[in-house]
Amino acid sequence: MSTRLPTAGRLIDRTTPIEFTFNGKGLRGFKGDTLASALLANNQMLMGRSFKYHRPRGVVASGAEEPNALMGIGQAGRFEPNQRATTTELFQGLSAESQNHWPSLNFDVGVINNYVSRLLPAGFYYKTFMAPRAAWKHLFEPIVRHSAGLGKAPRDRDPDKYEHFHIHTDVLIIGGGIAGLQSALAAGTSGAQVLLIEQTPHWGGRAPVDGAKIDGFSADEWIINTIQQIENMENIRMVPRCMGAGVYDHGYALAYERLTDHAPELGGPRHRLWRIRAKQIITATGAIERPLSFAGNDIPGVMLASAVRDYAVNFGVSCGDRTVVVTNNDDAYLTAIAMKNAGLNVPVIIDARPQATGPLGVQARDLGIRVETGKAIARVLGGKRVTAIEIADQAGQGATLETIPCDVVAMSGGWSPVVHLWSHCGGKLTWDEANAHFRPDPDRPPTGADGEGFVITAGIASGVLTTAEVLSDADAAGKAAAKAAGFSPKRSAGPKAKDVLSQPMAPVWIMPQGASVKKRMKMWLDFQNDVKVSDVQLAAREGYESVEHTKRYTTIGMATDQGKLSNINALATLANSLKEDIPKVGTTTFRPPYTPISMGVIAGEAKGDLFQPLRKTPIHGWSQTHGADWEPVGHWRRPYCYQQPGESVPDAVNREVLNTRKNLGLLDASTLGKIIVKGPDAGKFLDMLYTNMMSNLAPGKCRYGLMCSENGFLIDDGVVARLDDDTWLCHTTTGGAERIHGHMEDWLQCEWWDWQVYTANVTEQFAQIAVVGPNARKLLEKLGGMDLSADSLPFMHWADGKIGSFDARVFRISFSGELSFEIAVPAGQGQAFWDTLHDAGQEFGLMPYGTECLHVLRAEKGFIMIGDETDGTVIPQDLGLNWALSKKKTDYMGKRAQQRPHMQDPGRWQLVGLKTTDGSVIPDGAYGVGNGKNANGQVNVIGRVTSTYYSPTLDCGIAMGLIEHGPDRMGETIDFPALDGAVTPVRAKIVDPVFFDKTGEKQNV
Amino acid sequence: MSEPVSALAGASFQGSVTVQETGLRGMITLRGDLAGAKLQEAVKKLTGLRVPEICTIALKGDKGVAWMSPDELLLLTPYQLAQGITNTLGDALKGTHHLVANVSDARAVFSLQGAGAREVLAKLAPADLSPAGFVPGEIRRSRLAQVPAAFWISGQDEFEVVCFRSVAQYVFDLLKNAADPNGEIRYF
Repeated sequence: MSTRLPTAGRLIDRTTPIEFTFNGKGLRGFKGDTLASALLANNQMLMGRSFKYHRPRGVVASGAEEPNALMGIGQAGRFEPNQRATTTELFQGLSAESQNHWPSLNFDVGVINNYVSRLLPAGFYYKTFMAPRAAWKHLFEPIVRHSAGLGKAPRDRDPDKYEHFHIHTDVLIIGGGIAGLQSALAAGTSGAQVLLIEQTPHWGGRAPVDGAKIDGFSADEWIINTIQQIENMENIRMVPRCMGAGVYDHGYALAYERLTDHAPELGGPRHRLWRIRAKQIITATGAIERPLSFAGNDIPGVMLASAVRDYAVNFGVSCGDRTVVVTNNDDAYLTAIAMKNAGLNVPVIIDARPQATGPLGVQARDLGIRVETGKAIARVLGGKRVTAIEIADQAGQGATLETIPCDVVAMSGGWSPVVHLWSHCGGKLTWDEANAHFRPDPDRPPTGADGEGFVITAGIASGVLTTAEVLSDADAAGKAAAKAAGFSPKRSAGPKAKDVLSQPMAPVWIMPQGASVKKRMKMWLDFQNDVKVSDVQLAAREGYESVEHTKRYTTIGMATDQGKLSNINALATLANSLKEDIPKVGTTTFRPPYTPISMGVIAGEAKGDLFQPLRKTPIHGWSQTHGADWEPVGHWRRPYCYQQPGESVPDAVNREVLNTRKNLGLLDASTLGKIIVKGPDAGKFLDMLYTNMMSNLAPGKCRYGLMCSENGFLIDDGVVARLDDDTWLCHTTTGGAERIHGHMEDWLQCEWWDWQVYTANVTEQFAQIAVVGPNARKLLEKLGGMDLSADSLPFMHWADGKIGSFDARVFRISFSGELSFEIAVPAGQGQAFWDTLHDAGQEFGLMPYGTECLHVLRAEKGFIMIGDETDGTVIPQDLGLNWALSKKKTDYMGKRAQQRPHMQDPGRWQLVGLKTTDGSVIPDGAYGVGNGKNANGQVNVIGRVTSTYYSPTLDCGIAMGLIEHGPDRMGETIDFPALDGAVTPVRAKIVDPVFFDKTGEKQNV
Repeated sequence: MSEPVSALAGASFQGSVTVQETGLRGMITLRGDLAGAKLQEAVKKLTGLRVPEICTIALKGDKGVAWMSPDELLLLTPYQLAQGITNTLGDALKGTHHLVANVSDARAVFSLQGAGAREVLAKLAPADLSPAGFVPGEIRRSRLAQVPAAFWISGQDEFEVVCFRSVAQYVFDLLKNAADPNGEIRYF
């Protein structure tokens, strides 16, 4: 059984017990425990089920690389799936549940997959595609769907707060082990700004566990001293619980700080995403121990040797009473020695190497530990817990020589440097024969804009394994980074360490060497995704030579741990199967983040009210308190209509339409884009931008204009007013203001940079209010000020003056067909002006109206709307707007494109009006159908509805639509099948798109 | 004319820093040849300040001139003077290619006061806000979360932030959120 040792545990505080629950059961740990160490202390080795076969899974590791001990942590909105127990700090009241089982962790029905595993081979998912179609629907899809996903998704909204933090620094150091600390010190003495981050709460990494001696001090003492020195330097900042998540181009890096996961009672943000721009980055990310591939290596109790040691030294936890160590290197001997020193039983060290004559081997033997060299584990016995192992010759096929009872197997297949962050942005690796691992190639670093490297590795992450080498490498890295960042590091000697000499390791990729197929089917490479040696070998046999393809075919390394333990073993297995060298097979691509980061931290502050900016006009507040039913238009909110008490939305719209036609309407049109274009070449410029002429517009006048992209498609429309000789004011659509301003600047800066034109987007300077309806002039005349008679200010003219006491610019333009004045006043007076109009207008029947009324009014008049009648594929000719295409101009944007054959095709769908025969309203987005069927057996489509409304003015459904040969088919009827599949389609007659007041009498008074 | 109002009527918040909408500020966009004698003379005459160097802002009393782009300045004045100065500037630059526009109403201005002001901005803007990276006299046109904004140092532990009027509430809410005393980092 696993249990708490009476002594030891450098990271726990035995005086502070902590209560927590696991699958509803109350358990107790200590402050400083991880969830994994606390569970082990409670004899809970079984921590989850594997993804595919639902096999029982125990904790394997003690850190970020853990593939098995994944938990759902927290409750309700704070529930999070797939959290690693090994990196979850224990806190009072923590609630954890294991995953991927039903009905319980101990008894899981899904384990049936395990017994039919023969039917779920590598590439199972892909192979299903080759089966008959019916099998997918009735057999495979239900299976795949049922088994997809590991943890549960949270159901409630996340109540926590998250944030981003942008910083620029000279040197970023990722990893706070002894290498990171020494690098920080070395870089810091140069005066460079240094940021040192560490993913765990503790500084110093695993040096204390491994018993390193530095400058005559114990590792713990050296770490305390070094932290002290660093804290005295103002230019070095240390952030614990902060993981280097990714390294990107130009020295950009992301780091993920977990502020309150260990202490939810703290206020403030839960996670912080550090967005770091560093001149140089040092990755001091250490190394990860590799598992060994032997039959039954996934049975709970089989763990990494270093993890077994960590639990004992750091947390005072013994993973079991009898620990068998199996290794191909000296490092694992430290575990055997640590266990022995803790008073635990180590029945045997199984060393695959022919001999073990290094100092550690000698020390182990001196402690009375039996060492078996040239041996292998033939098989692990046990179900939910290891019960024994069988020993065989490593060189043989696995014939059992001896069975040894035990409850922990501590395995070590060597160490792989953590090269992820080095590799994210293109750092290359080199294969190290001696240590059988990939390590960063310092000659091929990720390069910045200047072509020079911007990432340096330090310590074990460089591929050096002894404490002395680690410290000198880290010292050099720190100095090199400071120098590259433009500082002069002090010439000082780095710390000295003495290492116990170790005997070289021997690569072992399969144990025993000649293991049978049956054994290889029980050798796990990827514990989380259930990929075995046999699966990778099968993939190789089936022709998967590329490691990237093999990864996807077998799903190796595709689990939430991204193959931190499995990748090297898998590609070695693949290389052996292909009879290739390991470096030739290469690694899969390392992609950020290093370990998963929360969705919340990616969003940062962008949630709730801050999810997106909401733009408000000066009249927004008034509309809010006067029944506005809001509609999003770009980032703006515009009133769709103003509901009166007890009124439905459609009723409100109908009332607003009728009132505006009959009396007086008031519209907040402030969102319309307003761009000033000024300069000697402004006329020429606008003639290029608009399809019609703007240069010959007289000052004081307005003209409606269309804008097309260089591909000929309509991108915007609006009224242009000429302010003076060299100044025009261009109105754009609400959503188009920023886009069109950018479009103008793009052409001015990149193409016509020698034209003398300046633009300014003054959209928000003005509140613009449309006074619309037969009583419009009466209202304005009542307020007094400028002369707005038909003679003084005719239709399509503008004038500056005063309305009442307000400085105003009045445009006599109409998007409704009514007598209409659009009046701009400074935004700061917008609300006051609106109030004045609203109050004074009551006697004339004034009512505010919203965007839907605006739409109905314009549709009744056959005015197009960008975004309704256009969708990026529509040209002015499609909309019968040929009158707005200048024939005088030699060129305008889109002209050439509109001459292409496809644009001239008479078969293009063209704009017409549609009037339903029964008065009903055609559903929005409906398609018109013609006769016959197309090659696919589908009904032929001959057009579509672009705008459709109930017209209260005409008391029937009206619509605009693009119809094949539409203008030539006036009077014909077309069927529009209803969207809900109703049998009877809506039938509409093709009519002129101008439904109301074709001669424009109403607006021209 | 009625009394003009700013977007948030002087809203304020006390957190790790004090966030305050400062009210209306006169702002004038001036585009033209920044090296031109006529423009330089007019700016000097109307503000008492020289055309600033790239990425800097000149401030004196209630006036200021900010470099916005290679051919654009932003003039800061008391709100009441803005339209008059706009007109005068236009007259002074007659005959040279330029554009001058009163944009006072298109903006909202916030002040951030307190030692944590740099940090609050650094939670929202990707600019370098370290004391070495951003010094008095500089202006940065950047963004706050999802909207454009510009800011400069307006005094000891004090920044001014300008954004568009329509997003004043969003920016105020952003600043409040970033000024949560529980989220202080004290990095700078």
